Amino acid sequence: MIWFLIRRTLLLIPTFIGVTIIAFGFIRLLPGDPVLMMAGERSLTAARYAEVMRAYGLDRPIWEQYLTFMNNLMHGDLGVSIITRKPVLTEFLTLFPATVELTVCAMIFAVVIGIPAGVLAAVKRRSAFDHTAMTVALIGYSMPIFWWGLLLIIFFSGILRWTPVSGRISLLYFFPSVTGFMLIDSLLSGQKGAFTSAVSHLILPTIVLGTIPLAVIARQTRSAMLEVLSDDYVRTARAKGLSPLRVVGVHALRNAMIPVITTIGLQTGVLIAGAILTETIFSWPGIGKWMIDSIFRRDYPAVQGGLLLIAAIVMVVNLVVDLTYGLVNPKIRHGG
Amino acid sequence: MIGVSLLAAAAVSADAKTLVYCSEGSPEGFDPALFTAGTTFDASAKPIYNRLVEFERGETSVIPGLAESWEVSDDGKEYIFKLRKGVKFHTTDFFTPTRDLNADDVVFSFERQLKKDDPWYNYGGGNWEYFASMSMPDLIKSIEKVDDQTVKMVLNRPEAPMVANLAMDFASIVSKEYADKLKADGKMEMLNQEPVGTGPFQFVAYQKDAAIRYKANPDYFGGKQPIDDLVFAITLDPAVRYEKLKAGECHVASYPAPADVKSMKENASLQVQEQAGLNVAYLGYNTLVKPFDDARVRKALNMAINKPAIIEAVFEGSGAVAKNPIPPTMWSYNDAVKDDPYDPEAAKKLLEEAGVKDLSMKVWAMPVQRPYMPNARRTAEMIQADFAKIGVKAEIVTFEWGEYLKRSSEKDRDGAVILGWTGDNGDPDNFLAVLLGCDAVGSANRAQWCYKPFDDLIQKAKVVSDQAERTKLYEQAQVVFKEQDPWATLAHSVVFMPMSKKVMNYKMDPLGSHRFDGVDITE
Repeated sequence: MIWFLIRRTLLLIPTFIGVTIIAFGFIRLLPGDPVLMMAGERSLTAARYAEVMRAYGLDRPIWEQYLTFMNNLMHGDLGVSIITRKPVLTEFLTLFPATVELTVCAMIFAVVIGIPAGVLAAVKRRSAFDHTAMTVALIGYSMPIFWWGLLLIIFFSGILRWTPVSGRISLLYFFPSVTGFMLIDSLLSGQKGAFTSAVSHLILPTIVLGTIPLAVIARQTRSAMLEVLSDDYVRTARAKGLSPLRVVGVHALRNAMIPVITTIGLQTGVLIAGAILTETIFSWPGIGKWMIDSIFRRDYPAVQGGLLLIAAIVMVVNLVVDLTYGLVNPKIRHGG
Repeated sequence: MIGVSLLAAAAVSADAKTLVYCSEGSPEGFDPALFTAGTTFDASAKPIYNRLVEFERGETSVIPGLAESWEVSDDGKEYIFKLRKGVKFHTTDFFTPTRDLNADDVVFSFERQLKKDDPWYNYGGGNWEYFASMSMPDLIKSIEKVDDQTVKMVLNRPEAPMVANLAMDFASIVSKEYADKLKADGKMEMLNQEPVGTGPFQFVAYQKDAAIRYKANPDYFGGKQPIDDLVFAITLDPAVRYEKLKAGECHVASYPAPADVKSMKENASLQVQEQAGLNVAYLGYNTLVKPFDDARVRKALNMAINKPAIIEAVFEGSGAVAKNPIPPTMWSYNDAVKDDPYDPEAAKKLLEEAGVKDLSMKVWAMPVQRPYMPNARRTAEMIQADFAKIGVKAEIVTFEWGEYLKRSSEKDRDGAVILGWTGDNGDPDNFLAVLLGCDAVGSANRAQWCYKPFDDLIQKAKVVSDQAERTKLYEQAQVVFKEQDPWATLAHSVVFMPMSKKVMNYKMDPLGSHRFDGVDITE
């Protein structure tokens, strides 16, 4: 197990270097630059343009800029945002908890509904429930996030008035951020109704962001379950007269979970991608919205720093998933 | 991060009047001189700061601000500003001023942008873009304190729009005492994060990408505001802003989607203000390149464009045909100027006369929506169809926005570009010199048009201080402009501002900012 862990961790190093190159190169591949965006219709004279480019170090060759970037990175410095003139790391840390809160809730939502739905669909194969669940999953999987979000806002906030339109909490509540997680902070604040407000603000974004993973998990669970249910040991367990609940819930589910865990891990990346759109619709102050803004404004340091941190997190999550996988299924350790 | 000390100010009391404004984006920071975006000024310069002179609310006229009065020397190079007495800087959780505003604050506010050896010159990236783009570094020779209440500014040459320029956001006056304290504490960047000003509202807290909180400044020299708290709820998507407005989660929302305006007007709980924007959308030929160097060709093309049809289809009626490069709400607008008539037959003849046959050209369409142009692509398509009728083949090209801005300003650019401009200080010079002056060729002068008779007029108007005389010169300049037709002037748009019926006294700003001083709400 130790060797497995070391091997997997060492593999992260070249991956990480690759990611720095992509993160650094990506924003520079886009046409336009931050200085032009800053000047807008007013435009800059050639001399002024050169002066500002020099001030940001953008006049130097790309490889030199990359080396400076890597050197600073080694010293834990991700640079300073061109837009806000604040350290990129500070910006990231301010906004990251909001994204974590949203993605964790979305994942819980997807797992809590997706796995039972998948199991039930497998057990009642070819029933009306199975067909309905899988059709809904297919629709959910192909739902454009932006449209889906607006649809829910118009229906639940606009027409029914059940949920607030956007934001993390009603602006009537105001307290300092302690953990950065609104669900916790609102409880800590001791202000009456703050927690309820935070929860009500979370509902729609959670559903919107959780929809695609929910669909994927439900389908994955169903097919994994179907495979396991036809295995010999399940038949044996049934023959031994164990209750159907015990057969499905304990014997089958445990083995069916192995591919599902991988799916959940892989969906983390999908969630972060989805968070970008979800946060934009719901004015959710997380890194997704920040990245979009930064890309539009060609804020090089913010985009490359942000992408790098996101990639690092996805890599760590994948590592943890692999390790969990190894724990659940000892065969992997020997084989891998 | 916001400190725990804010807890005291945190609880919003039940009887406090809170106005919530759904703004369209996050401010870049809170020191207006560092930035150029309107969204940033709405959140910083307008509520928090004052300037020596101010734009009157809802107008473009300049009124006294922190300066009670000012005098300009006969040669137009020396300005003496008398400061208002007893103006207090905000007392906040992070700063308690020990003195009133004085000349030191004014000198500091400008010198940090002007002097390369000023310790604050390099703070926040050292990029004073607006100051630079207004040519202030070349213009201001010195700024000095005469006594506590008097500031003298000396210019290198006379500049008639100077007073209007000083009402702009980059000229906001910051506290030197606060800056000194931050410098001593080694926290200079806080000047941009925890602002202290003299304005109608004081900064309470900013939660990035979520909300900005202000409370009314109890010591404001113009009197305390009718509302107690002002909150900016940052909401990027216009459809979501509209939903929040309907749900009562905000009182005022910026930049509605044009398609929603009709249903907003029909909503009984909302009111929609509208105003002619201080802007112009144009099609700029490259006058340096054949055949567009011939005024007859430009005129012929102008005569081919059916502008009312564009207003109808693209602006959905919320715009007016433009004939001058400045909007009709601007002083010195020359209403006597006759626009080039829509006459495809005459256009064809004129082209023949100029010896132009089988002309193929490019028409550039911006990739973004701007206040002066809701849909450049659609506009370009209509122009393309109009040009086809006189036998001119137009190919529509577009680039990413930053690239568009860059390439369209290059001298050897081909064809004609759609672009526009929103005035930022209410002075005609801000349109005519910025967009059509010889100095701006290769940058903001997209027609690359340097025409001496025109340039002489606007240069002269820049240095005389008598407004009646300036008006005459600008009126003449507009006549010359129309004779030469470096642009097809397309449209002036109408800007909409939806708000709850509870909001009282909101005045739209012709310069496009969003101000909440003087605004009240009924419960």
